[in-house]
Formats: sequence, C-alpha cells, structure tokens
Amino acid sequence: MADSPYLPTEAFARWRKMKSTAVTAVLVVCALAVIAPLFLVIYFLVVHGSSSIDWNFFTQLPKPTGETGGGMANAIVGTVTLLAMASIVGVPLGVLGGIYLAEYGSDRANDWLRFAADVLNGVPSIVWGMVVYLMLVVPFKTFSAYAGGVALGFMMVPLVMRTTEEVLILVPQSYREAALALGVARWKMIMVIVVRTALKGIATGVIVALARIAGETAPLLFTALGNNFWNHNLKEPIAALPLQIFAYAISPYDDWHRQAWAGALVLMALILALNIIVRVLSRDRIHKN
Amino acid sequence: MSTLPEAPAARQASEPARVSLTPQSAATAGLPVDSEEVAFDIRNFSLWYGARQALMDVTIKIPARKVTAIIGPSGCGKSTFLRALNRMHELTPGTRLEGSLRHFGQDLYGPGVEAVAIRRRVGMVFQKSNPFPTMTIAENVLVGLRLNGVRDKAVLQERLEKSLHMAALWDEVKDHLNRPGTSLSGGQQQRLCIARSLAVQPQTLLMDEPCSALDPLATAKIEELIQTLRQDYTVVIVTHNMQQAARCSDRTAFFYMGRLIEYGNTRNMFTNPSNPQTEAYVSGRFG
Repeated sequence: MADSPYLPTEAFARWRKMKSTAVTAVLVVCALAVIAPLFLVIYFLVVHGSSSIDWNFFTQLPKPTGETGGGMANAIVGTVTLLAMASIVGVPLGVLGGIYLAEYGSDRANDWLRFAADVLNGVPSIVWGMVVYLMLVVPFKTFSAYAGGVALGFMMVPLVMRTTEEVLILVPQSYREAALALGVARWKMIMVIVVRTALKGIATGVIVALARIAGETAPLLFTALGNNFWNHNLKEPIAALPLQIFAYAISPYDDWHRQAWAGALVLMALILALNIIVRVLSRDRIHKN
Repeated sequence: MSTLPEAPAARQASEPARVSLTPQSAATAGLPVDSEEVAFDIRNFSLWYGARQALMDVTIKIPARKVTAIIGPSGCGKSTFLRALNRMHELTPGTRLEGSLRHFGQDLYGPGVEAVAIRRRVGMVFQKSNPFPTMTIAENVLVGLRLNGVRDKAVLQERLEKSLHMAALWDEVKDHLNRPGTSLSGGQQQRLCIARSLAVQPQTLLMDEPCSALDPLATAKIEELIQTLRQDYTVVIVTHNMQQAARCSDRTAFFYMGRLIEYGNTRNMFTNPSNPQTEAYVSGRFG
C-alpha cells in the first residue's frame, strides 16, 4: 500500500495537515475579529443602558435640567414619524426610479443614472442636512419634521432604487413575454406581473434603507432639530432618538448620560429588529425560488 | 424520393441553394386553395437582427382553423418567424423587417397599428411553461381579461370554466382553483398557460415548441388538445419533433437558414417531399 502512487509519504501528509490547521486558525481569528465590534456594541449598550430602561423611559417626556427621571417617549415617536415621512418621500422615488432602470432606460441613460445613484449614496449625511436646510428650513423660516423627513427620504432614494432594479432584473423574462402575449399593455405588465413578483425583494430593500437611516443624526441637526416636548404639528421641530442621544451624551449630567445609553440601546434594538425582518423576508424568497 | 442527395448536410448548407429553391417556394406560396379562408397572408417577408438577416423573402399563406407546423433545424428562423406573427420579436432591440404580413386581411405592421391589440387576437404559448408565480390557478387564467378591464363576475367565471375545459384541465383542477399555478405538474402548467391564452379569446394561437420540456404522456395530452383547438382556432406550432408535426398538423412549412424551403400538406411533406433538403431533414439525415 505504501507503494501506491496515489498516497503521499507520511511526513509530507503531516506537514500538509499542519499548514492546513495553521491557515484555518488564522481565518477563524479574522472572522471573529470581523464580528467582534458588533458584540462589543451590544455589550456596552446592555451594560450601560439596560438599567435605565423602565416603563417611564417609554412613556414620559424628558425632565427639565436638574431633575432626574423622565424618558424619551417623544423621541421614540419622533423617530417612527420621521421614518414614515422619509418612506413617503424615498419609497415612491426609489421604486419608480428602479423600475425605470430595469424596464425602460437605455443602456446609456442607465449608466449615467447608476453612476449618479452611487455618487448620491456616498454623499455625506451632514451634507444632506445642509442642503435640505437651504431648501426647506430657510424659506419657511422654521425647523420642521417635514424637513427632517425629506432629508432622510433623500438618503433612502439611491438605496431603494438600486435594490429595486436588482430584484426586478431577477424576474424571468418569460413572465414579461407571457403577459405581453395576452395583449396586456406594457405598464400594466410591469406593475401587475413584474413588480408583484419582485414585491418581497423590493420590501426588503426598503427595510434595509430604513435600517440604514434610522440612526442618522447629522441630516436631522439642521432640519428636525429636536424637541423636548411632544410634536403636535409637523411644521414644527420634532424629537428623534439619535438627536436626543447626541444632546444627552454631550451634557454634563450623569442622569442624562444614563438615558443616552438607554436611548442608544433602544435605537440599536429597533435597527436589529428591522434587520431580522429583512432576514426572514429574504430567506422566504430564496426558499420559494 | 428515390434519388437521395449525396452531399452531407454541411455541404448542402454552404451551397448556394437559393437559386434552385426560389422557384419551388414561389410555386407553393399560393398553396391554400381559393375557397379556403386565409389567417396569415405573408408576402416577401424579411427580418434582420441588427446586421444579421434572420428571415429571407418568406411568402406563405397560413389557412384559418387548421394546424400549421413550422419545422427546421435550430437557428433556421422558425421561432423568429413565429414571434413576428404577433410582433413579440419587437422585445429584441434592433430588429428591422420588410414585406407584408396580414392577419385576416388586417396589416400587422401598418402605420399606427398597436402590438397590444394584435396580441389580443394572436395569442402565444411558450416553450417553457410560465404561469405567474404570485397567482392562483384561477387568477392565472383570468389575468389577461382582468388587466384588459373585464370586471363582470359572471363573465369571468364563465370564461374561467370554458378556458380550462378547452385546455383539458378543468377536471384536474376544478377542486383547487385557488392553489398557486406553480403547484401543478409541468404538463398541467403548460395546459394552464394554454387556458390563459384562450381566455382572452384570440383568433389564432401561436405555439413555440410547447412540448419540448414535457414527457411523452403530457405531450400526448397537448397534441390531443391541439386537435380540438383547430375547430375554432388557427394554430401555428413550431416544433423540433418531426413525429409531432406529422401527427398533429394539416400543413407543414420547412424552414432552413432563414428561407422557406417547402410548404405543403403535411402528408405530402412527410411521404413525398419535392425538395431534397426537406426529405433529408424529415427523414432525419440532418438537423
């Protein structure tokens, strides 16, 4: 058996096994290093934040300076409001733009559009805040929830557009042909057959974009501004979790620092929940096909 | 035919066949006798994909309420020809065509003629069954009607049953019309696609190799179905399967390298073809 040309010598086999083990070990360490920051984030948030999370945190307004207690109810509702408004701006623009890219645009126009979307995606978020400040805050002479929603909505557009394009292209051409062969108009074919087939993928893209913007602070600094009370009018400033965290974290009070940690934990939980929804949606899609 | 061509297929292909063939295709062009209604009257039809010419000077009259089979080796232009009959080829960018195509007297490519309107009257069934995955069996059948604005529940129900009956699928699916269309077997899915095409009540049904992905039993069912369809519909079927063309068509057209080589009654084409290339193809010596 030792003479078989297909068997390595024992020493060579041992050397190879050693090399293999060493390289695998390096790769495992690298992989752990990649996910370590996530666990660090969760660790610190839980250690510092969980003790401050109580019923009051979700139901009460911030207390005035100097008093302890209170909560971030207005900021939680504010963040949800801003995300809803951002969706109203970002989802139609992004989805329709994605439909154009996948179904209508010429190769040349698409190249430019994709390039523009990628550049847009890279615009620093503080720049969005400044642009919307000039567009909506200066002319109307007030910081407002509208301005914050629009700033976040603009940030969603390129993300939603590119994911929509990608999932629409995955819809097999044979469905388009089948619908057209029934004498169905092209736009109806796109809306009823193509978009509906890809709906889960589009929803996934929207939620990814929401998770991406939920924690944005910079675009809100000059637009939504923040608010220590309930917002009763979208034309007025509105509170948001990241803004509240920012304000409390740079304050000199220990009680506010505690609350900032709690706010960060809640925000992180929200983003984690959005990501879990994405996981479930996209797993479903993979299984179906 | 007693004299078989000695040349192998490849030589035949490279020879300038057009000189000897043109008179023949011209002779068979007016094949349907005058008393017969013509579904497609096609004259001097040529089609290009960019710079490449896919169809060359095709002249053919396809009879109404009969089954016409289009045969020929891969790349001969038969699918292109079929897709031009309801302007599906326009989905491929860069196509250009010349000649005249009329469907029951109406010019398919006249100024202002809309492809959408043509496709309502000239339906199509594809090689691979493609029921819409988001829809139930019933929704799949009715989608063409619904998207064209039919709302009347009684009409929809009647068309649903009628179309599924015609596609010989009713008995198999009547108890679970609300299951997804994709839950059916391959052969059932293809019959569902036929029902979907029939629901919009076309005059003509184009079939692009409808059985090539099916097993023999499912194929037999579709062929049987084609036999019943010819009572009400004009059927044009592209097939790679010579036996299928012989079994279920009235007329057969043989395409080769973008040309219509021979067109005639199916029985004659398979027993006594007048062109040596047709004979070589139908007897399985090339293609």
